[in-house]
Amino acid sequence: MALPYLWLLLFFVVPFIIVLKISFSDMDLAIPPYKPLLEWVGQNSLAIKVNFENYAFLFTDSLYLNAFANSIKVAFLSTLLCLIIGYPMAYGIARARPALRNILLLLVILPFWTSLLLRVYAWIGLLKANGVINNVLMSLGIIHEPLTMLYTPFAMYVGIVYSYLPFLILPLYANLEKMDWQLLEAAQDLGCRPWQAFFKITLPLSRNGILAGSMLVFIPAVGEFVIPALLGGPNALMIGRVLWDEFFSNRAWPVASAVAILLLILLVPFMMWYQSVQARETAGAR
Amino acid sequence: MNYRSSIFVLTCIGLGFAFLYIPILSMVVFSFNASRLVTVWDSANSPTLKWYASLLHNEEILDAAWVSVKVAVINATGSVILGTLAGFGLARFRQFRGRFTLNAMTTAPLVMPEVITGLSLLLLFVALEQLIGWPAGRGITTMTIGHMTFSMAYVTVIVNSRLVSFDTALEEAAMDLGARPLKVFFVITLPIIFPAILSGWLLAFTLSWDDLVISSFTSGPGSSTLPMVVFSKVRLGVSPEINVLATITLGVVTTMIVAVSLWMARRAKIDKASAG
Repeated sequence: MALPYLWLLLFFVVPFIIVLKISFSDMDLAIPPYKPLLEWVGQNSLAIKVNFENYAFLFTDSLYLNAFANSIKVAFLSTLLCLIIGYPMAYGIARARPALRNILLLLVILPFWTSLLLRVYAWIGLLKANGVINNVLMSLGIIHEPLTMLYTPFAMYVGIVYSYLPFLILPLYANLEKMDWQLLEAAQDLGCRPWQAFFKITLPLSRNGILAGSMLVFIPAVGEFVIPALLGGPNALMIGRVLWDEFFSNRAWPVASAVAILLLILLVPFMMWYQSVQARETAGAR
Repeated sequence: MNYRSSIFVLTCIGLGFAFLYIPILSMVVFSFNASRLVTVWDSANSPTLKWYASLLHNEEILDAAWVSVKVAVINATGSVILGTLAGFGLARFRQFRGRFTLNAMTTAPLVMPEVITGLSLLLLFVALEQLIGWPAGRGITTMTIGHMTFSMAYVTVIVNSRLVSFDTALEEAAMDLGARPLKVFFVITLPIIFPAILSGWLLAFTLSWDDLVISSFTSGPGSSTLPMVVFSKVRLGVSPEINVLATITLGVVTTMIVAVSLWMARRAKIDKASAG
């Protein structure tokens, strides 16, 4: 037990302390490209130089704040879209015959096991100007000019919703599967219409499943890099991409670290919320 | 209980699965297309296997695939060991110092954006190299450490949920009969949680095989993984060879998943029969 504990401490917790440290460092034209925080000045005095410039820079250049705001917007709307598509699917699977249920569940899990990169790549083939969707629509005579879909926000939303949908369906299904459907029958016997019964009983009872699934989509989607980079085009301003470019293209390690710290501060409340929802779910299952 | 679903729910399920599977199937279909234009069907020369042949002669992709296999196998094995220990600790010992931290540390990597994990690991490796000279440079070792850190979190969750749901009376009975704790673990606990460990291994393998972001941060020169090569190719546009790669991946994954779930279904039936 001590082994995984120490492992996670060294390779998961300590790195964040280093990121925090570097986010307060000056940039330097050296390898690695930052200056130490602690410096010996003179004989016996150690000086700590804490530099808030990287953070000040993030708040003055509108690029970063826009990227943060845009990432939250994209992640939120994608989560909502996943819910709209995923809820009926999870519901339908939970109410199917047990034998069919396992097959349907397997079909939801299968794409999750194949490479994310390759599934995102599939959308390039579908969405591009001479891609599958345009070819089909043109041959049917619905459109005469190919639609511009690839490298637009639309393509990015499609990519995110498509990739994260299984993450929403699985926890939601796990929750709905435990539901006592007799409650619904009782409500209908007492004169509720099916829709009313759904909104008054099923939806409130599946609250934890909805929250858990939504967090599993929202939190990683805020920092998503691959999908905006491949489908979103040059204007898709997402914070994960900004961090990547600061690090790999500009070699601005301190700025990239400051971006990471701000992103983390933004996401930690959601992560804690997720953990408390999970704890309630497992406690309820026992 | 009645299993009839409304037309509305059935339509949603149908459309949902179409959304999930049309992109995947389109890659399979176009992997047999002769045209270099990938999405324009060349009916005169298709279907063809020529891109399959050209993939098998693509040195860059084969080398990268070999790096990916090595990282994925070491990662999966290491994550299973660490993840099983963590999952066991969390499930069997309700109270110990650091339980809360261990729980938080195994949940956080599941949702942590990869760019943050990747960046922080790289900065750790750079700082360690300055301090103690290890790891000297970056490559397969650093990549594997990075992958294990997030894969073990998944294994922990799987093993933990299996352990929580099984009857501890078996373990207690074995101990009453004089078995030492370590023996109980290997003779009773391990065989019972074996399906969870197997799923954990396969999941850890897949996560590593598929990872782009953490690999990019923690890899060094000459150790490009398959996703890194695919990513740089895909950035330049579609390529028929990538369709082939996707089709092969899909074939392998489908076979594995179907085989494992059939095996588990049979096992569950045997368990039930012997219990009843």
